[in-house]
This record gives sequence, C-alpha cells and structure tokens, in this order.
Amino acid sequence: MSSAAITQPTIEPEWVLPSRGRVGMFALIAAEAAIFTIFVVAYIFYTGKSLSGPMPKDVLELPIFTTVCLLSSSLTIHLAVGALRKSNVRVFGIWWFVTIVLGVMFLAGTGSEWHQLIFDKGLTVSTNLFGTTYYSLVGLHAFHVTVGLIVLTTGMVFTLLGNVKQEHSERAEVFSLYWHFVDAVWVIVFTVAYVVGR
Amino acid sequence: MTLLVSVLLASGRCAASAVSGPGIPSIFKPESTPADSIYGLSLLVLSVTAVIFVIVFILIAYAVTKFRRRSSDGPEPPQVYGSNQIEIAWTVIPVLIVLILFTATTRVIHAIQDHPMPASAIEVTAVGHQYWWEFRYPALGVVTANELHIPVSDPSRPTPTFLALTSADTDHSFWVPRLAGKTDLIPNRINKMWVDPHQVGVYVGQCAQYCGVQHAKMLLRVYVDSPDEFTQWVQRERKPAQASDTATEGQWIFETTACINCHTVSGAAADGQFGPDLTHLMSRDTIAAGAALNTPENLKTWIQDPDAIKPGSLMPAMKLTDHDLTALTAYLETLR
Amino acid sequence: MASDSIALNLVDQSTRPIGDRLHEWVVTVDHKKLGILYILYGLVFLIIGGIEAMIMRIQLIVPHNHFVSPEVFNRMFTMHGTTMIFFVAMPILFGFGTYLIPLMIGTRDMAFPRLNALSFWLTAFGGLLLYYSFIGGTGLYGAGEAPDVGWFAYAPLTARAFSPGHSTDFWTLGLLVSGFGSIGTAVNFIATILCMRSPGMALGKMPLLAWMYLVMGGMVILAMSPLTAAQLMLAIDRYLGGHFFDAQAGGSAVLWMHFFWIFGHPEVYILVIPAFGFVSEIVPVFSRKPIFGYPVMVAATVCIGFVSMSVWAHHMFTVGMSSYGNSFFVITTMIVGIPTGIKIFNWIGTMWGGKIQFKTPMLFCIAFLFQFLIAGLTGIMLSAAPFNWQLSASYFVVAHFHYMIVGAIVFAVFGAFYYWFPKMSGRMYDETLGKWHFWLFLIGFHLTFDFMHIPGVLGMPRRIYTYEPGRGWEIWNLIVTIGVVFQGAGVLVFVFNLLRSLLKGEPAGNDPWDAWTLEWSTSSPAPEYDFAEVPVVRSRRPLWDIKHPEDPDWKYE
Repeated sequence: MSSAAITQPTIEPEWVLPSRGRVGMFALIAAEAAIFTIFVVAYIFYTGKSLSGPMPKDVLELPIFTTVCLLSSSLTIHLAVGALRKSNVRVFGIWWFVTIVLGVMFLAGTGSEWHQLIFDKGLTVSTNLFGTTYYSLVGLHAFHVTVGLIVLTTGMVFTLLGNVKQEHSERAEVFSLYWHFVDAVWVIVFTVAYVVGR
Repeated sequence: MTLLVSVLLASGRCAASAVSGPGIPSIFKPESTPADSIYGLSLLVLSVTAVIFVIVFILIAYAVTKFRRRSSDGPEPPQVYGSNQIEIAWTVIPVLIVLILFTATTRVIHAIQDHPMPASAIEVTAVGHQYWWEFRYPALGVVTANELHIPVSDPSRPTPTFLALTSADTDHSFWVPRLAGKTDLIPNRINKMWVDPHQVGVYVGQCAQYCGVQHAKMLLRVYVDSPDEFTQWVQRERKPAQASDTATEGQWIFETTACINCHTVSGAAADGQFGPDLTHLMSRDTIAAGAALNTPENLKTWIQDPDAIKPGSLMPAMKLTDHDLTALTAYLETLR
Repeated sequence: MASDSIALNLVDQSTRPIGDRLHEWVVTVDHKKLGILYILYGLVFLIIGGIEAMIMRIQLIVPHNHFVSPEVFNRMFTMHGTTMIFFVAMPILFGFGTYLIPLMIGTRDMAFPRLNALSFWLTAFGGLLLYYSFIGGTGLYGAGEAPDVGWFAYAPLTARAFSPGHSTDFWTLGLLVSGFGSIGTAVNFIATILCMRSPGMALGKMPLLAWMYLVMGGMVILAMSPLTAAQLMLAIDRYLGGHFFDAQAGGSAVLWMHFFWIFGHPEVYILVIPAFGFVSEIVPVFSRKPIFGYPVMVAATVCIGFVSMSVWAHHMFTVGMSSYGNSFFVITTMIVGIPTGIKIFNWIGTMWGGKIQFKTPMLFCIAFLFQFLIAGLTGIMLSAAPFNWQLSASYFVVAHFHYMIVGAIVFAVFGAFYYWFPKMSGRMYDETLGKWHFWLFLIGFHLTFDFMHIPGVLGMPRRIYTYEPGRGWEIWNLIVTIGVVFQGAGVLVFVFNLLRSLLKGEPAGNDPWDAWTLEWSTSSPAPEYDFAEVPVVRSRRPLWDIKHPEDPDWKYE
C-alpha cells in the first residue's frame, strides 16, 4: 500500500502540449466531416438514378455569387482573428461584422435559389432522388452556416458591449477553424452537386 | 476447443439423425453443391480454429496454474517488459494462417457465385412478400407460392435450379441450409443463387432476414422431385383451374367477395397480385407459408380468423357466415 | 502523501441536507461524479435489458409458446439490443473513462467539464426518450410503440409504409440525441489525453487504458457520425417525403446497410477496446509484472482502430455483393484478427512468470481471456464468406456476438468494477460475494452462449418469436434459457454486494491492490481536486518507481 510522495526529477524540460480548444475543434470537425461524407456518398451514389422529375442539369445553375461571398468570409474572419491577436479590437469588430454579412448573403442567396427551385421548377425534397439528396446535402451545409452565424452574432454582441479583448483571440481562432471547415465543405458540395453531378 | 467443436459437430449430427429424415435443416448435412462446398470450407476453418484454440487454451491454463502466487510474502517476480523476437513470431504465424484461410475462402466464393448457368438449368424467380414466397417459372409458365418444386440434379447431366431473388416489400432471405447458403431478397434489386440437389425429398428452411411481425412464420419447403415427378408437377401447375359444377356457389363467393383483390386463380375472374396464387392450392401440403397444414379446418380458420394462425399477417379476416365459409372452402378444395 | 496532506475545510457530508447533495450530483461537472453517474445509469439499464432478454428466452423455451405476442417479442429484441449497446455498454465504458483518465494522466478534470456534463445528460435523455416509447402510443398494453424494427433498423422496414406509427421515430430520435452525447464525450477524451497529461507523461508513458480511450475516442468521432447521418436521412424519408431508402423511387435498401454497418462494425470495437484497457491494467497488477510488450499493445490497438473501419460489409455477405466485393471484406476481416490475437498473447506473456493472485477482478479477466479467444475464433469462422452464408442471421451469429459482448466486454467490465470500486467509493467489496457472482455468472454464461451456437448450425434464424418443432432446436433452446437463471442470480449477487459494500464495506485506503498507476496515489475516494500537486512522472508505472527506488522502470523503458 503506497502513500509516498511523487518524485520531482532534477531537470525539467519544458512541458508543452497542444491547446485543448484546437484539439477539441479538430475532433469536432472530423466528426462533422464524417457526417458530410455520408451525405456526399449518398448524393454521388444516387446521381443519375432518379426515376423521374427534373434532373440537375435542367434546374441547377452555378451559384457563383453566393460561393464568392462564403469563400471571402473565410478571408475576412482570418483578418479579424489576426487583428484581435494584435489587440486591435476595432478592426476585429469590423472584419467580424463583414464575415457575418457575407454569411447572411450566402444564406439569403441559397434561400432565393431554393424558392426558385421549389416554386418555379417544381423540385422539392420528395420529388425524386435528386431532390432528396440535393436538399439534404445543401440543407445540412446551410444549417451549419446558420449555427456559425449564431456564434458569430453572439461574438458581435460581446464585441459591441466591449467585452472582447486580446486574450480571447485564441477562442476566436478556434471558432474560425469551424468557419473555415464550413467553407471547405461548401467547396466539396459545390463541386459534387453543381459541377460533377450536373 | 476441439472438445467444444467435436461436441458441436457431434451434437449437430446426433440431433440431425436423432429425428430422422430431412426435417433437421443442418448445415452439416449438405445435399447440394453450394452447401457441399461450404461444408468443405467449414471443415478447414473449424480445424484451423480448433488447433489455435487448443494451443492458446493450454497456454492460458498453464500460465494460470503454474504461475499462481504460492505464498503471500516474497519479492516481486522478475519484471519482464517484452521480447521483440516473440512478438515477431506470434505475428508471422497468424499472418500465414490468414493467407491459408483467405485463399481457401476466395476459391469457394468464386466457385459458388461465379458458377455459369447451363442451358439445362431450371430458372425460378422468387419474390419475397410479407410473409409468403412467390415462385414463378417464366420459361415453364408456372406460378406458385411457398412450396418450391425443383428437379433432382444428376451430376452426370446436371439440371440445377437457378433462382433470381427480389422482394415486393421489405428485405427477406432465402435459407434452406441443406441446399445452399442464404441469399437476401431485396426490393429494387435482383440477387442470384443456385442449387443442384443430389437427393429427392423435402428440405425445410425459412426466411432469415427480419421482415416484420410474422417473420417467424415465413417458412420454406423445397420439394426435390425426380425428373418424372417434376415434369408431371409442371404440367399440372400450368393448367388453369378446372371449373367444377359442385362448387359454383363457392366460386361465386370467391369472385364477389374481396378475395380476388389479392389472389389469382387462373382461368377464373381472379387475378389479384398481393397474395399467393391459389390456382393449385390443394397441391400444397401447407398454407400460410407453412404456418399450418393444408386441411379443410385450417383453411376455414385461415379465412375466418387468420390471426389465430399467424397474428399480424396481411390476410384479412373475411367475416363470412358459416354457410358461405363452408361453400367457399368447398370451392377452394377443388383447386387441385 | 502530497495529495491528502492539504487540509481543506470540507463540510462533513452526512450533515448536509439530502436535497443539497442530490442537487450537487445533478449540476456537477466533476469528472468523477459524472463517471459514476454514467456507470449507475448503465447498470440500471443492464437490469432492464436483462429483463427484456429473459422475456425472450421464456418465449423461446419451447416451440409455439404463447408467453408473449409476436408484436411484444419483436419489440423486446429491438429494445434489448438497442438498450444494451447504447444505454448500457456505451455509458458504462464512457463512465469508467471519464472517471479514470484524468486521474491516470495526472490532471484535475477532463478538458471540457461542462461539455462532459452536457454529454452525459444528452445520453441519459436519449435513453429516457427511447423508453418513453413503451408508454406512448397504445399504452402499456402491447408494449406501446416501442421500436420493433431490430436494433439495426433495416430499410425499407423502417419506411412509413411498413412502420406506421412512431416506433421507428423513437429509435431514431433517442439514438440521435444520445449520439450527440457520445460525440461530445469522444471530443473530450481526445482533447484531455492529448492536451492535459502531467509533465513527463509522454504518449509512450501513459497507461494503456489512456491509449485505449484515445483510439476509442477517435473511432467514435469517425463511426458515430455515419449513424447520425443515416438517421437524419431516415427522418427525412419518414417526415419530409424523402426517398433515400425508398425502393419505389429507386432508393436502395443496401445503402442503409452500408451506412449502418460503417457505424456498426467500428462500434463493436469501440466497445471492446476499453475492455482491452481494463484487462491491460488489471492483469499486470494481479500478476505482479508489467504488461508484456507495451509498444506492441499500442501499435496493435491503433492498427485495430484503422483496419476495423474497413471491414463493415462482413455483415452484408448475403446481400448479393460481387465475389470481388465479398473477397475484399473477407481479407480485411481476417487481417483485423491478427493484431487482436497478438494482444491475447501479450496478456498471456504478462501472466507468464508472474505471481498470480486470484482476486475477483483477476478471475473476471482470466475468463475474459478464454472467452475473448473463443469469440474471436467464431469471428474468424464468420469471416469466411461462404461459411457466413450459412451462419449469418442465425443463432450462431447471436451466440458469437454475445460471446464477445458478454463473455469478453461484460466480464472485463465486471473486473473493472471490482478493481476500481475501492477507489471510487473508498470501501472494499466483499470478496466472497464477488466470487459467488463470478462463478454463478460464468456457469450461466456458458450454459446460454456455448449451446446457443448449435441451433444456428441447425438452421434456426434469429429474430423469430417462435419456431417449428421437429427441427432439432428444442433441447438447445431449453438449455440456453436455463443459463439465463444463473446469469440473473449472479447479477443479483453483484448488486447486493455493491450496495452492501457501499454502506458497510471496509475502508479501502489509497492503494488496496499495491498497484502502479497514478490514480492509486490519491485517497479513496479521490478528493474533489484529484491532485493537490500536479505529479511529474518518469515511467509508465510512477508508483512502482516510488516503491522500488532501487529498480525503477525508467531504467528499462
């Protein structure tokens, strides 16, 4: 039975481990990547297999504008985090706000695209396999954008209240990893649904 | 484990022969080439695993007895941290075992799955339903249900039966252990399997993929007939139902009640597709996919109160009067 | 002792009002309390899942029995499987990990304590939602609307057309909710193990249990998500008119199977790998030797983690894949058996030359070795695809996986209970009762699951509420059912031992087993803050180094 003290070695090299926030976020991103992979696999598997109804090439147009918005928002959030690291809260706030605007524009553009697809082109989630897989995949992505926007907005509120400081830059950076992931997923969704699958 | 395996095999065989006849659907009593090939592979796999078991069992038993603590005092035993040579040895040997097993396995996979269909094969389409089997012989013009008739296959002039399997609703699985491994019936997909039975007789099996509430009573009977018997069976089955003078009232009830919504009797007005073809109902030993013997009393029960035989089956209770039920049953009895 | 030398002004627990004490458990973010909550939750559902099994076994004791209706039986096997995997095994294993990992790696809590609490409560509510199905729908008569589609819920049986009502939805939603909890816990394990080890504890020096939870966490991240995705697709089919698995619209039932088993196979490794961890901690201590071949054990586990992601379609050998597809999954499945087998040899190597003490934890681990061996070998039999065409979906498979889950995993879990109960509660359990539990459960386990292989080879499929007489199945079903009585008795003895020891057991002290990992350096139970001073380590067995300063491990590692 032991109750002795733990030894202290004489020389202690510096003990540095990765940051919890970053590792946790990477783990979460891996899980989300796995979910998206399954939806992408289903999309690809069912390409060309719809028994009826509108086909992708009949109804899909390349969403260039929304894509540009979303991908630029990766740049703006990167600039925001860089500013906060240098204690420049005002610049941080501006770029953070632009990120939100770009994200909202992406969602609005998607919403308008869907409105057209549903009411003008007759494509719903229950129309055929293409409809099911398309709305599920793009919708899952849009849901993740929405969640990101909620967090961004919360951060915006804290910034306006003056609570955000340089020491929060790591948290902002960890969140930006999520945002970059969402953008990367859009690149895949765009390629699979609008380029290859069409 | 040899002990366990021998017990398993022996009990399997004992149990199989204790009750005589083909009633025991044991995978270790194969009567068709796919089942034979699997049996052969299984003997190899069982032998290899038995040897592994014996060796490791002895090692564990030895370690546990020889190295038990004998007195409560005394120093700790020598602290051994590992040994690279031993690790290599007991990695290499399993790799070799895997290579042997894999090679044997792929051979049998190809032999069974990629076996070409000879011109003399009987082709059957099997469609799974909740909870019965539809069998069609497209080349022979026969449609029947639940009891599959196929010819015995003489190795010198093989007449195997090749089945194309699909489903009309949920997933099912066709399993008659003495004839072949199981193959699933999946909607919107056609799977293939084949059998070439060596002996005449009746082989039992049942659905082996949970398909809903009455999965347990979706039974299978495969009648392996001699070539002559099979030909005669086909000829009888191809004929439409013979109209009978004695059962006109029953036939009228059949055709005016909801029966014809689901059932087909060729030659009569009935051509429903949701339930089994009844044209030759009386040629079958069982009804309700094996859930009951084909007797007049059981037929009446089945029509009037199917839940008494197979609760949850999709056959509705017809709620006929006693008089109508008797007449209807008399008509069904003429469908030979 | 550094950890218990700090005098804290702790309020005497027994004078605090009971409401306060319960409230503390509800709002806690302390990994030790959450670990215990997970384990107790799992134990309660173990009893419930066991009752569901007993109901099935009574129905099957003779052919054409009328103990329960087919509807009730089908709900029983669905709920039994779903409960045991998601609300017994996962919570108990997460619980042990949550309790032990911070203590073993020398830190004070998990990386994200609030996420830890959220994950537990998500899991707990998922289970309650699933069980609400018994009283929803048509009420208790006919077991309500409890799911009856099998624990793997194959399409298209789960489509609205074939499963009207909400039974499938309870399955989907209950597991979706608890699935998010599982992913949260996995994130926590990974972040804790990678980012919070105490100074000197390089990855190659942490206890094997920590490695096991690291690999398990990675696998949960990658494997749980496909199930979540598939369940979302099922919900879209059922509620939004989607066609993912709708055969009439060109959808594929086989696609569901792929997605499910891409989750389902790694899931069973997720369950067994922590069990490996328990055995790897217990066997060395009761053999009085270090684990044999630590680096190989790590490498083998990581290999298993990766390779097991590639074997899933061995659950689908009968669906009509091509011969090449089938062969691929044969070879991957056989390959994953190699590192698994190596581990058995390493455990034997650990015992070899040791001085084995047959305390209850060790008894369970020795039984684990025999049973894991057999389960692995029947797994090899099943990996030979043509043999699988006969054995799959039969009672042989049911026997195989119960051999693995009960014979290996549950036995290892019982071993872990007895081993760490003193640490968690501060009291020793009763060794005689422990041995009664072991022998009763062992006899029951073998009666049930050894003989269960036989009906399988005689053609008895699984998931049938009754069977035909005259097929040679009767005697075996009878023996299998009798075994359940012994298992039940063993579990009752266990519960009694647990409760009695909690109330009246001898004080355990810090280190009742003379063990070597950091958790044994704290008091029992560990203080709220785990470690007063962050420990610094130099080897894999820090307490061995302290107890044997003339012969420390770091000279040999």
